[in-house]
Amino acid sequence: MSELHDQLLQALEEHFPGAVISSGDERDFPVFHLQKNQLIAVLTYLKKEKGFNFLTTMCGIHFPEQGEQEFALMYQLHNMMQNQRVRFKVFMSKSQMDVPTVTQIWPAANWMEREAFDFYGFKFTGHPDLRRILNMDEMNYHPLRKEYALEDAGRDDKEDKYFGR
Amino acid sequence: MQTSVDIHPDHKPEGHEGSGFFATSLDKAVGLARANSLWPLPFATSCCGIEFMATMASTYDLARFGSERLSFSPRQADLLMVMGTISKKMAPVLRQVYEQMAEPKWVLSMGACASSGGIFDTYSVLQGIDRVIPVDVYIPGCPPRPEQVLDGILKIQELAKSEGLKRRQTPEYKAKLAAYGLE
Amino acid sequence: MSNNVDVQNNIEKDYTTLNLGPTHPATHGIFQNVLTMDGEIIVKAVPTIGYIHRAFEKLAEHRPYNQITPITDRLNYCSSPINNMGWHMTVEKLINCEVPKRAAYMRVIIMELARIADHIVCDTVIAVDTGAMTGFLYLFQAREKIYEIYEAICGARLTTNIGRIGGMERDFPEIAWKKIQAFIDEFPKMLTEFDKLVTRNRIFMDRTVNCGPISAERALEYGFTGPNLRAAGVDYDVRVMNPYSSYQDFDFKIPVGTQGDTFDRYMVRMQEMWESLSIIQQAMEKMPKGEFHADVPEFYLPEKQDVYSKMEALIYHFKIVMGETDVPKGEVYHAVEGGNGELGYYLISDGGRTPFRLHFRRPCYIYYQAYPEMIEGGMLSDAILTMSSMNVIAGELDA
Repeated sequence: MSELHDQLLQALEEHFPGAVISSGDERDFPVFHLQKNQLIAVLTYLKKEKGFNFLTTMCGIHFPEQGEQEFALMYQLHNMMQNQRVRFKVFMSKSQMDVPTVTQIWPAANWMEREAFDFYGFKFTGHPDLRRILNMDEMNYHPLRKEYALEDAGRDDKEDKYFGR
Repeated sequence: MQTSVDIHPDHKPEGHEGSGFFATSLDKAVGLARANSLWPLPFATSCCGIEFMATMASTYDLARFGSERLSFSPRQADLLMVMGTISKKMAPVLRQVYEQMAEPKWVLSMGACASSGGIFDTYSVLQGIDRVIPVDVYIPGCPPRPEQVLDGILKIQELAKSEGLKRRQTPEYKAKLAAYGLE
Repeated sequence: MSNNVDVQNNIEKDYTTLNLGPTHPATHGIFQNVLTMDGEIIVKAVPTIGYIHRAFEKLAEHRPYNQITPITDRLNYCSSPINNMGWHMTVEKLINCEVPKRAAYMRVIIMELARIADHIVCDTVIAVDTGAMTGFLYLFQAREKIYEIYEAICGARLTTNIGRIGGMERDFPEIAWKKIQAFIDEFPKMLTEFDKLVTRNRIFMDRTVNCGPISAERALEYGFTGPNLRAAGVDYDVRVMNPYSSYQDFDFKIPVGTQGDTFDRYMVRMQEMWESLSIIQQAMEKMPKGEFHADVPEFYLPEKQDVYSKMEALIYHFKIVMGETDVPKGEVYHAVEGGNGELGYYLISDGGRTPFRLHFRRPCYIYYQAYPEMIEGGMLSDAILTMSSMNVIAGELDA
């Protein structure tokens, strides 16, 4: 395990016992799996005490048919002064897709969370304006979930067998 | 010594010529005027828009074909150049812009995405603008070279030149518009 | 009899709603802003995007790794080679492949040319929006030269699909080297011409100084990166913070502004063009000899004569072209300094032939959120200039 991973794990276990479900190193990033209800506390602590002032990106991930671990949210933070990057993940099941919003910590998360809602259906509690951003407002499904096809369901001009589908 | 020089322009329409006058039919004269002063509306959405900017710039210079003034207002434009991917969210906007243009109007679909959806066979992309508006010339390419764009515009010029004055009132044209749900 | 002053004080504020876009000459790209205006001052702005959403992230889940490069072209299409290289480097990180120095230097040359091309578009368009069309026409000649260099290297002008996983697809031909050298010799004169025309022009400075400012703290909160952040005063550049493709071998400065207004954004990009030119010159001088691609037969197409004579080369060729190469499992994030900032690729591979999840960290999408805050309280014409100086490219915004 890398030094950054060990430092952060120790700090998190000291201040938020039980928040970290598991952790490890993926290539050059320490990755921590957090409890969903501790997400805000941990991220605020990291921003204020540990200098992770920049939210690089966040996105949703769908692991089909994995029950409690079906949907995941990934947050990537960056400490610019010391050049440290870290990744956090929270997992949840399809029926419990409520996540607290992090817009009060970083305003940059506003549109990132709207994108995650648009694509996967995460409901961010406390978000100032949670509505679809990239797709049409009338769309009634969340397209990036694995069960939906890439192509438009109603298309009639292309024959699937010629396109390898 | 000759005091007058005979000029033989290639694009001269058929007609009767004399000293100080040239008589031809009205629709040929109007066609000539229309073709050489098409004012495009650059409906640029993505990468093809950048190639259009290169076509407008000095190396390829669209202005020498009469398209000097780009009009972003549909009321003052003749040629709607749709350049780039049109998504389903954008399709009503495109249609509204087309409806606001006054006759005679031509539509040029530049690029693979506007012609048929291009490489984006996805749930959010309209597979070709001819699903919502009638198109006159398609320019394939991803993005097409500026020379191809100029070729497409020259084809529109041919169409404008040879159209005739009554085409927009013919029942066939009205039927075509009705097929798209336009008046 | 009513006093005129009393009547004026009792007039109710009547706000107008103005729809800016999605088709508008000033929005370079299609995105919409519904502005609530008090006369000429903007009171509130509500942006709407998604008019060119092409579902790149879902599309990437259905395409093998080498077929995703054309999609990345269409993210920030003014500087598509940078996107291509970023993707190749992400996959190389996943498969633990190290490209030789020569390929890294060739990549640097291409990426810096793309950066110059992107900044030319942004700076000339800022000038056009203030009414100065000449600079656009003059400096686009330089872009044609860059397009000629790309054509000599890969065959395409705009959507280049340059490079392969593991290096470059071929060594640069002789004509490309000549054209790059000619570009290094001619571009300074063209850029100085534009500089003299626009930069210290009184009208341009009056229009752009203090137009749409943002402070460094606010910019960091909003996730700004790239020239927009550097204009606000923070010298964050991915090429220096997390160097990739041998950028650590080059000596270049990071231009930084003070106020984060339009003039600073314009100047940062202008200076970055000079720095990029210097990097290209250094790369040309120090170009090492060697291979232009790494030895990864599973991802890099073998030589044609080997395909016709050796069995394994034939099988590799078949598998690569049909997209049947299996990729090791893992998740990786790699960021490059795109024309607009930190362009990141987050890739999760489950061992199959297509990515399991590919997320693009698009700089435009993230910093455009701050646009309402930057224009509220200002005038409409300033809002137009702010938008063009932020260099919002619709392809990267919506993806």
